[in-house]
Formats: sequence, C-alpha cells, structure tokens
Amino acid sequence: MAEFASQAILAASRISKSFGEVPVLFSVDFDVRAGEVHALIGENGAGKSTLIKILSGLEAPTSGTIILDGAPVRLPPHGEAEAMGIVVIHQELNLAEHLTVAESIFLGREWTRFGFLRRGDMQNEAQRILDSLDVAIDTNRRINTLSVADKQMVEIAKAISREARVLIMDEPTAVLTPAETKTFFEQVRRLKAKGVAIVFISHKLDEVMTLSDRITVLRDGQLIATVETGDLTPDAIAEMMVGRELSNLYPPKHEPDVDAPLVLEVDGLVALGVRGVSFALRQGEILGFAGLIGSGRTAVMEAIVGLSDVHAGQIRVRGKPVRFSGIGEAIDAGLVYMTKDRKGKGLLLNIGLQPNLTLLTIKRHIRHGFLNEASEVEAMERATRRFDIRARDASVKVGQLSGGNQQKLMLGKAMETDPDIVIIDEPTRGIDVGTKQQIYHIIAALAKEGKSIIVVSSEMQEVIGLSHRVVVMREGRRTGTLEGAEITEGEIMRYAAGLKGEEDDVHRASA
Amino acid sequence: MSTAQAHEGVKPAKKRFRIDYHTFGPFVALVALCILGFALNPAFASEGNIANLLTRSAFIGIIAVGATFVITAGGIDLSVGSMAAVISGVMIIVMNTMIGTTGTGVATVLVGCLASVALGLLAGFVNGFMTTKGKIEAFIVTLGTMGIFRSLVTYLADGGTLSLAFDIRDAYRPVYYGNLFGVPIPVVVFGLVAIAGWIVLNRTAFGRYCMAIGSNETVARYSAIKVDRVRTLTYVIQGLCVSVATIIYVPRLGSASSSTGVLWELEAIAAVIIGGTMLKGGYGRIGGTVIGAIMLTTIGNILNLTDIISNYLNGAVQGVIIIAAVWLQRGNLGRINIFRKAGS
Repeated sequence: MAEFASQAILAASRISKSFGEVPVLFSVDFDVRAGEVHALIGENGAGKSTLIKILSGLEAPTSGTIILDGAPVRLPPHGEAEAMGIVVIHQELNLAEHLTVAESIFLGREWTRFGFLRRGDMQNEAQRILDSLDVAIDTNRRINTLSVADKQMVEIAKAISREARVLIMDEPTAVLTPAETKTFFEQVRRLKAKGVAIVFISHKLDEVMTLSDRITVLRDGQLIATVETGDLTPDAIAEMMVGRELSNLYPPKHEPDVDAPLVLEVDGLVALGVRGVSFALRQGEILGFAGLIGSGRTAVMEAIVGLSDVHAGQIRVRGKPVRFSGIGEAIDAGLVYMTKDRKGKGLLLNIGLQPNLTLLTIKRHIRHGFLNEASEVEAMERATRRFDIRARDASVKVGQLSGGNQQKLMLGKAMETDPDIVIIDEPTRGIDVGTKQQIYHIIAALAKEGKSIIVVSSEMQEVIGLSHRVVVMREGRRTGTLEGAEITEGEIMRYAAGLKGEEDDVHRASA
Repeated sequence: MSTAQAHEGVKPAKKRFRIDYHTFGPFVALVALCILGFALNPAFASEGNIANLLTRSAFIGIIAVGATFVITAGGIDLSVGSMAAVISGVMIIVMNTMIGTTGTGVATVLVGCLASVALGLLAGFVNGFMTTKGKIEAFIVTLGTMGIFRSLVTYLADGGTLSLAFDIRDAYRPVYYGNLFGVPIPVVVFGLVAIAGWIVLNRTAFGRYCMAIGSNETVARYSAIKVDRVRTLTYVIQGLCVSVATIIYVPRLGSASSSTGVLWELEAIAAVIIGGTMLKGGYGRIGGTVIGAIMLTTIGNILNLTDIISNYLNGAVQGVIIIAAVWLQRGNLGRINIFRKAGS
C-alpha cells in the first residue's frame, strides 16, 4: 500500500451545493488516494449522497472545484465520468434484471466487430474478471436469478471492466448478510491492493472501523473532520456524527399520566423485514422509533395497520387482540398510518386538494348514496384552518404544492378519520424548518388532546425532541428502549449501529 | 411554489366559472365539425340526418361510457366488440328458442334482454376477475377474451349468420326504430346511460375510487380503497354497457355474425380518448366521451354527404382526428408544465 500513499486521485476542494435556496453542502474538502478505503459517514441528510453525486459528476457543485490527478476538471454529467475511471455502485443496484451476467458487465460499452456483438470474447473477458475476483458466477445466468450478494459482485466486476480508478460505493453492505459482507470485504481489499481508490459510505460503524483507512464525518452539510481510522473509537465517531444542541424547534413535552391506559400493545411481531418486535403505546404518549434506514421501522408499522402480512405475534388495541387485513379495518379501530412516501403512496399528485383530503373518509361525505360536495368543502375549510394548509385554491394540483403543504394535507387527511392512535412515518422529510416546527407543535398538541402517537423518523433530533420514549431498531429487531435522560443521540446511535443491544430484546427476538 | 402559497388558506375551487378544457375542447371541435358539415351540405342539419347520426352513435357511445370507467381506473377492455357480437348471437338464439314457450311477444324479447344483461355482467366479471385476482395485464386478458368471444359467435353461427325469427321482429322493432316524443329510442337510452354514468363517476364514492386507482394504485391502497373490487366493478359496468348497446343493436338488423361489432373496441376507446379521458387513467370525463362518440359518427356522416373526400377514407379521417385530438390535449398539458416551471 505504501507505494500509492498520499497521492490523491480524486479530490473535492471547497465544494458547496444548494438546491434552490436550500444549501446542502458548505465548503467541503474531500480526497481519496490510490489504494485506500476512505469512509464517508454522517446522519441521514448530512450531505453524503450529494457529495458522492458531485464526485461522480451526476450533480454539478454550486461552487468549488473537483480535482482529478492534480488538475481541476469539470466532470461530465449523466454518469459519463465512468470513462474517466470514476465508477459509482449505488445502493439500489443498477442492473437490468433480464440480461445475463456477461451482458450486464459490458452494458453500454459492448465489444463489436462490423456492428455485430463479439459475444464469445465478451463472455471470456467477463469470466476472466470474475475469476480474478475469485467468485464463481456463471456468466450466462440472468441477473434476476442471482442473490443480492452475487449482484453486488457483478457490479464490482462491471467496475473493474471499466478500469475504475475511483470506486464509490453507497452503503454496499446494507443488503448483505454477515457472511456475504465478509466475502465482499475481501473483494474490496483485493481492489485496494491493486491501487483502486475506494470511497465507502456506510451506517455500520463496526464495518467502517474494520475496512477503512480514513474516515470523513459530515454533519448538516459541513465537514466535521477527516481522521485516520486508528485514531478513533466507534463512540468518538458517533459523537462526531451527532453532537448538536437541541433548539427550541420542539414544543415542551407533556408527560402522559403514569397510569394512562395502554392503547396499543405489540408482542413478538414477525413480518417481512420484522423479526420479533414488541412494544407498547400509552394514551397521550409520543413514542419515537429510531434506527437506520432499512432497520424495519416502516415494516413494523405497515404490518400493524394491515398493509403487509403478519406472520406471527400479537397486536392488541385497547386490550383487544386485532389482526387487520387492510388499512380500512385499522381506521375503523381508530388507527391511522401516514406513510413516509408522500408522493408515491400518500397523495394523488395530479388532482386537487379536496379529493385528496377526503379520500380516506369519502363515505362520511355521502348522503343518500351521492357525494355531498358541501360537506367536502366544509371538511377542506376545517383542515385548512386546523393545519394551516396554504394553496391558491382547492383545485390546485397537489403535486404543485410545497412539501410542507403536502405534509399538512396528509396530516389533515389522516386526522379526518378521527383516530385515537396516529402513526407518522417520517413526519418532516423534505420540509423546510418553519413547517417542521409547525408540524412538531401539531403533533405535540394532538398528544396533549389524548391521542397516542408513534413517530418513525430517521432524523434523530426529531425523535429526541418529540418523544417521551424511544424504541431503537436494528435489522428488524428492537435493540433498545430509551426513556427520559437516556434519550441522547449518542445512545440512540449506539443501539442503532449495533454497538449496544438489550439482552432482553435479543432473547425475546430469538424466542 | 410561490403562486401556490401566495394566499392564506385554501379557497374552495370555483367550479362554476372554470372552463374544463378537456371537455370543452372536444365540444368546440364537434361544433366546428357540424358547421363544416352544414357548409358542405345543408342537408346535414336536417332533422332526419341529425336523428340518424345520433342513433348511430348510440352503440359506440353507450359502450364508450363503460370504457370511460375502465380507462379511468387504469384498465383497458379490448373485448367489447367481440362481446357485443357474442351477446347478440346468444340473444337471438335464446329468443328464437323461447318462441315455443313464451310466444312471439314482448315476453320473449324481455327474456332475450335478460340473457343479454346476464351475459354482459358475466363477461365483464370474467375480464375484471382475471385482471385483478389473476394479476394479468388488462390488455392481455381482454385480448384473449376478444379472440374467444369472436370465435364463439362464429361457432354459434356456424360460420354464417344468426337471424332473429321474423315473428319476433315486430315486437322488438320499436327498440331501435321507435321514438319517444320524437327522439329515437337509442338516443334516449344513450342519454340515460350517459347521465347515469356521469352521476356514478362524479357523484359517488365509487367514481372517486376509480379516479384514485387510475391516478395511483398504491395511494389508493394506502387510502383504504379495495382496489381489486373497484377495478373488477369497472369491467362489470363495461359488460353491462355492452349488453345495453347490444339490446338496442339487435333489432336494427335482426342478425348477428362474425362481422358484428368488429373494431367497436377501438372506436369506443377512441371516443373516450377524444373526450379527454386519459388513457393512463386517473382522469375521466363522461361528457367528453359522449361528444367523442358523436364526433366519430359525424365524420362518417359528413363524408357520406359530400364527395370532397372519398367515403372509403372514413377511417383515415377518423384516425387523423383521434391523433390530432390527443396531440392538442398533450399540447395543453405541456403548456401547463411550462407555466409551472415559470411560476416556481
């Protein structure tokens, strides 16, 4: 490794980036050397993905320079930077499912002779690359028949065939099992030994510690530090990733009564992506769900409200066992779920506000079998006042509203059902700070009214600022439940990253 | 963003003063077409011609009302023409065989109509069930049933023509040739079907569900809508519309053969699209569909009345009109998009 040392192939100097008026990166410096693994870490929304996009040319920086081999360059957009040796492996793998392994490896730069494909040559070359990686994958197999780990390997083979000098990997291990991760690491080390510069994004601190040579921490778009991995403990890194003060963004917490009844109890819930989760929700309580992306929080909520199948476990609403077969039944029982995917699952973007607001509760606006428009208009006015929804008029297409107004509209839609239990998945994703504050106050007010609320959020600040108690999940399991003074970013991060886990929870999960 | 947030609060949509371009556009086109027709041959505006034109557009129109539901909910039904043919055939067979028991009067005709409705509902349900529960694309399911229905009618007619017994024709004739206060019966039925369709699509929860599903199926599912049930029902409504259209079609010729209802599915879909409903679903306009159906018949009618363009080019002119109508709608949408970019 020494032979490549201190020779930055790709560097970013004083890079800033704003989307519209929202700044996401502030004068960040970053560089990666030949033959090193440089880990990039930070909370969700810290600006890691944006930095990667800039490093690979998918986004242009607002200011600052990219330096390739010591000379400033302007990277071409649309992934053409691959030709310059900068290859990105995205978190959601970019492989055409119906092509064969060999076809995938050469996709977009096929070898041809007189306009015809040199199938045999490409096959042999693909085989040679896979052999050099020491993986046994048949080059004739179709991508959709491969395991996720094998697909990952094909992506790496593809990167090698493009003679990648810089390989950027966005959470490559998120979908791998521990055994697969181990094989994957071997490949990464092999590439490293060949002098490839590797940028590695991961939320798993233990992996970062094992694999990386240097670590760069981003927080809120700012460069916090770039350090040699050996100099730090995982705890110190967790501190660096978080370590902010709570602002007055959040309303004061009103603790629910100690003897408030349990409105929702979940026992040993098993579903797709959920491996035995138990928790209870008290009346008037705000229960936070923290964890990394893909830790199974959304899966838990969707299983509870009947959007996905429950394989095992018990759910009780006010003491009564329930098993909802669809969201309609959950609503009848006083449970409402607000999806985090506002645009894909929550709202109809191509129609106006009013039909969106009443879509869940349209039956309440029916008189003698027909829609009563006056009553719908009234509901719209009510929701507008209550949630401060702003639009020119109710016929404006929802897709044209700002994220904040969309979120408020979704809140209105959910609250139209008059629920006792409100589950909100990512309440403030993609929303400006002003609206965030409004939504936090609405949530707190609802809890004060006696509604019981679950807030699933990847923004740790939010979970801490709102919740009375916090459940931390990791890999489909509950690893901890924090209360009162225990609710700190460092503590949540330790449970979320797997540095800490309740014995009790582990036992319960395996039982 | 700035325009959307310029004012405090949300005012109710001012429906009455807003012009619905998707319906209004086709209406303007139809009026223009009529003026053109009148200019080319004043006989176009004669009472007899108008009545004839509307009567002829009733079949496609009624079927297209059903198709509006299917398409609004994000589906497609290619089988309607063949379905109309097979229903006609079975109706004729049923009525011919019932002469012995129920005579040659209205009773037999009613039995035939009942058979028609039952078959329409059943065929629609089969299409819907296979699409939703079988999880096969609507295009494929109805392409399959299209072939099945078409060959069934050929088989039933033994390759020839099924003819309604002459004894029954007198009792059944008024359904096509009769009139109510001077309005031909098919036009009355077309009007009633269209009004019923408009009410169901715009004034019931079901109609709202259709639009929601066509707009985004996942949002619909997350909004407690029973997507499969609603989808299936749209095909059942389509089947019912086909059977109603068949009931008024059979007395016209009193026969059914393998060439009955050929290409009706395409005309029905064209009427729906000309009317401003989006083929990808989520937005349905019954009024537009009615205008679309009338427009398609008007084109043929005008070509019949003049000799500027050969009548043999009817299909070509229709094709041009369909493409032009959709192009104009897209242009409209494009303008809205540009406007949005400028506004934010």
